[in-house]
Amino acid sequence: MSATIVLLLAVFGASCVEAVEALTIVLASGTTRGWRSAMEGTAAALLLLAVLVGGVGVPLVHYVPIDTLRVVVGALLLVLGLSWLRKAILRASGHKAKHDEDAIYQQTTASLRSGGTADGRRDGVGFAVAFKGVFLEGMEVVLIVISLGASQHKLGDAALAAAAAVVVVTAAGLLVARQLSGVPENTIKTVVGIMLTSFGLFWMGEGAGVRWPGSDLAIPVLIGIFAVVTAAGVALLRTQAGTPVAAPAGAPAANEGAAS
Amino acid sequence: MGVVTRAVRAFGHFWWDFLVGDTPELFVAMLVLVGVAFALRHDRIADVVLLPLLAAVAVVGSAWRGRKRPSRRPPA
Repeated sequence: MSATIVLLLAVFGASCVEAVEALTIVLASGTTRGWRSAMEGTAAALLLLAVLVGGVGVPLVHYVPIDTLRVVVGALLLVLGLSWLRKAILRASGHKAKHDEDAIYQQTTASLRSGGTADGRRDGVGFAVAFKGVFLEGMEVVLIVISLGASQHKLGDAALAAAAAVVVVTAAGLLVARQLSGVPENTIKTVVGIMLTSFGLFWMGEGAGVRWPGSDLAIPVLIGIFAVVTAAGVALLRTQAGTPVAAPAGAPAANEGAAS
Repeated sequence: MGVVTRAVRAFGHFWWDFLVGDTPELFVAMLVLVGVAFALRHDRIADVVLLPLLAAVAVVGSAWRGRKRPSRRPPA
């Protein structure tokens, strides 16, 4: 029961982070190239992502042995979680610019405006930008939903948690318009990174035959351990920090890859 | 380039970025962790102590590697 709640919180948190990033791109596309194309691009990407969850996730749950599934998805979650934690440590210790949605919004709108305007007609650029933004950010959510959901046979619950996050972020985005930088994205990312690493290690170990003390109760213990490790990493790297790295005006944080 | 070729390249690029990207050491750490988990699965104490320890060393080590180093060049 407790593991399920932690799992759903992890999916919800990760989905919130990715949804904020996707919404920034959709808002930029909608305000510069027209809302019709941005909405169509968003809808097409969401549809494709839903098909991926159903088409890949459901067969995985039904046909792949649970131990094999846990090793594979545990390993994937580990890579993702360790990567998020690394960035969280670097950001919190001043070695990397914090993710700044305002800067990304301004850079995207400037880039889209330079390509002309669509005057309310269907616009291929607006569609493509919104589709790509939602699809790429959504792919990480799909991986997390399938990994976490399939490992505990809670695919439906995990998908619902992700959908709830998208609804909450979209509603917040509509209410606050462009103030997405107000969402504590870096903090959420740190917490979710700790959760993903803990779940990944736990399930990879379970699949490999490791018997964790206390079974599912080992998950909160692992979360505590990685929280301490993160704090220690931040403290260690702060001793090495010179001037903090700030996000350049009108540009996203450097080195943002797929697993941002 | 055909549509299929482009799609396959994009798919491969996505997974390369996702798994390796600019932190190959974390991908290697994941492989080591999986290997250790299988190798020590009958030694409960070693496994439950070693796995979190290795993961912790990997993430802090990778962050250390990615830290902003002060410039050694003297000011012009």
